[in-house]
Amino acid sequence: MTNATTPAIAVLGAGHVGPAIARLALNAGHSVAIATSGSPGDLALVTQLLIPGAEPRWAADAIDGADIVVLAMPLHRFLRMDANDLSGKLVIDAMNYWPPTDGTLPLSFDDQDIGTSEVVAERLNNAAVVKTLNHVGYHELETYARPHGFVDRRALGVAGDDPDAVATISAFIDRIGFDAVRVGPLSAGRVLQPGGPVFGAVLRREGFERAVYNYSVEQGALSLAERHYRRSA
Amino acid sequence: MADQVMDSTAASGEGVAFPLVLGLDTFGDRTSSPNGEPLSHAQTIRNVVEEGVLAEEVGVDFFGIGEHHTDYFPMPAGDVVLAAIAARTQHIHLGSAVTVLSSDDPVRVFQRYSTLNALSNGRAEVILGRGSSIESFPLFGYDLADYEQLFEEKTALFAQLLEGGAVSWQGTTRPAMRNQDVVPHLENGYRLPTWVGVGGSPQSVVRAARLGFSLMLAIIGGRPARFAPFADLFQRALASFGRSPLPVGVHGPGHVAPTDEQAREEFWPHWRELIRLVAVERGFAIPTEESFAFETGPQGALYVGSPETVAQKIATNLRTLSATRFDLKYGAGGLPHETLMTNIELYGRQVTPRVRELMKE
Repeated sequence: MTNATTPAIAVLGAGHVGPAIARLALNAGHSVAIATSGSPGDLALVTQLLIPGAEPRWAADAIDGADIVVLAMPLHRFLRMDANDLSGKLVIDAMNYWPPTDGTLPLSFDDQDIGTSEVVAERLNNAAVVKTLNHVGYHELETYARPHGFVDRRALGVAGDDPDAVATISAFIDRIGFDAVRVGPLSAGRVLQPGGPVFGAVLRREGFERAVYNYSVEQGALSLAERHYRRSA
Repeated sequence: MADQVMDSTAASGEGVAFPLVLGLDTFGDRTSSPNGEPLSHAQTIRNVVEEGVLAEEVGVDFFGIGEHHTDYFPMPAGDVVLAAIAARTQHIHLGSAVTVLSSDDPVRVFQRYSTLNALSNGRAEVILGRGSSIESFPLFGYDLADYEQLFEEKTALFAQLLEGGAVSWQGTTRPAMRNQDVVPHLENGYRLPTWVGVGGSPQSVVRAARLGFSLMLAIIGGRPARFAPFADLFQRALASFGRSPLPVGVHGPGHVAPTDEQAREEFWPHWRELIRLVAVERGFAIPTEESFAFETGPQGALYVGSPETVAQKIATNLRTLSATRFDLKYGAGGLPHETLMTNIELYGRQVTPRVRELMKE
């Protein structure tokens, strides 16, 4: 473990997203471990060349030594993980449900009334889950990262139920190069999902906040209408 | 493997000379009539044959067809179309770009491309893909959740088929084979040049190296320069598996017209529409005029512009990525066939000679 200002990071997943997040964290001065479902030996070459400075580890060891664990694997892979491994951890859920690649998942990921990160959190009942980094393309992460205070700094949404966890992750997002916009509890994280108003959108803080607000109003109005309809039906 | 038999300028990568190869790819993007009416799938396919024949006439090295199964890319049987082009050409290499191997049978793929190789007198190539376009999975009853394992097993079997001779194989994704001969045999010890298309997953790069396939980087958005470490990873992975260096190629979308302005104006509305279609599924950002300006600029991934602009960008990126092959994916749903023919003409007659010149400097 480390001091309070630079939490140790474990990135689970070495596909498209994981290495990009790992490099941003390394650049921001974090120590970073990276792991897949396989052995650290299999990752050695990839790590050495693409994520220099990161340490390939077994997933359980990476999680053990980390203050923040980033889930950057396909959702269907996550479902094969032992949820107990993440017990008591602070977890970033950077995953999305892509029916084309994930197939039809057994859980309620497709339910419009519950966010995918809520389903993830339910599975990890002992962990503090924060949703962020899911709504920016992996190929854009490093292009758009900017030091604090830059006028064209891109905003990323952060959603979570535990205020301390949200504060820690917001500080992490800020450190790696983005304005963190707190969008509310984990249930509000649905606004960050595919098809939502900020998914894939390049927005600065004001534009991001406006897009989230407008969407919430729209959704609120819809759900009021829905309730009205159900009552009268 | 992946012997390039074309007469091309030698370019060096990692101290080993590979020929410089400049090709064209299409996904069979559904074309329109000159006044914007969508043409039938059948006419689109006949147009692709004409486009392939023109590609040879103007000196393009390679013509590739990417497998797709959608209304806007009605191109599920590219090998048949390539055979028609083979019958009317002499020199141009013909291949898939890509074959979605995960939802196909490696034995069938080998047989089709070995047949194409026979018809074309040794001009067939294969680029294998795991499935970034995945509409073939539900069509043929594959579960997308298995795509990683499907690709892993099937690429390994394909590598074995390339060796020639009787094949014995056992796995979970197709019936086992016991000492079975697969025909037609390749002639004169020729091996089908085989590449793996990689969209940015480092572990796919390592797999290509492990199986001894060349690496084709599909770069369709963002800064191409970020892929530079992949070429290094590929060559080092090859060395760690005891293999010799293999070439690295780049596949990038674009459009060539007489001027930068005309190219952008022609391409933009069709590109926006296309990406809008795939954006939500694949996590792409929906293009804005601002993002289009970035992607068509010097840092971006789109090769849209005049012949000089496009040539400069290709040469710069080949150098940055230690690559010796570039395939321009031309067309975007709805662009008229006539506009695509102009694109091909300019690419072959002006862009490729200019790239060769720039790569010599």
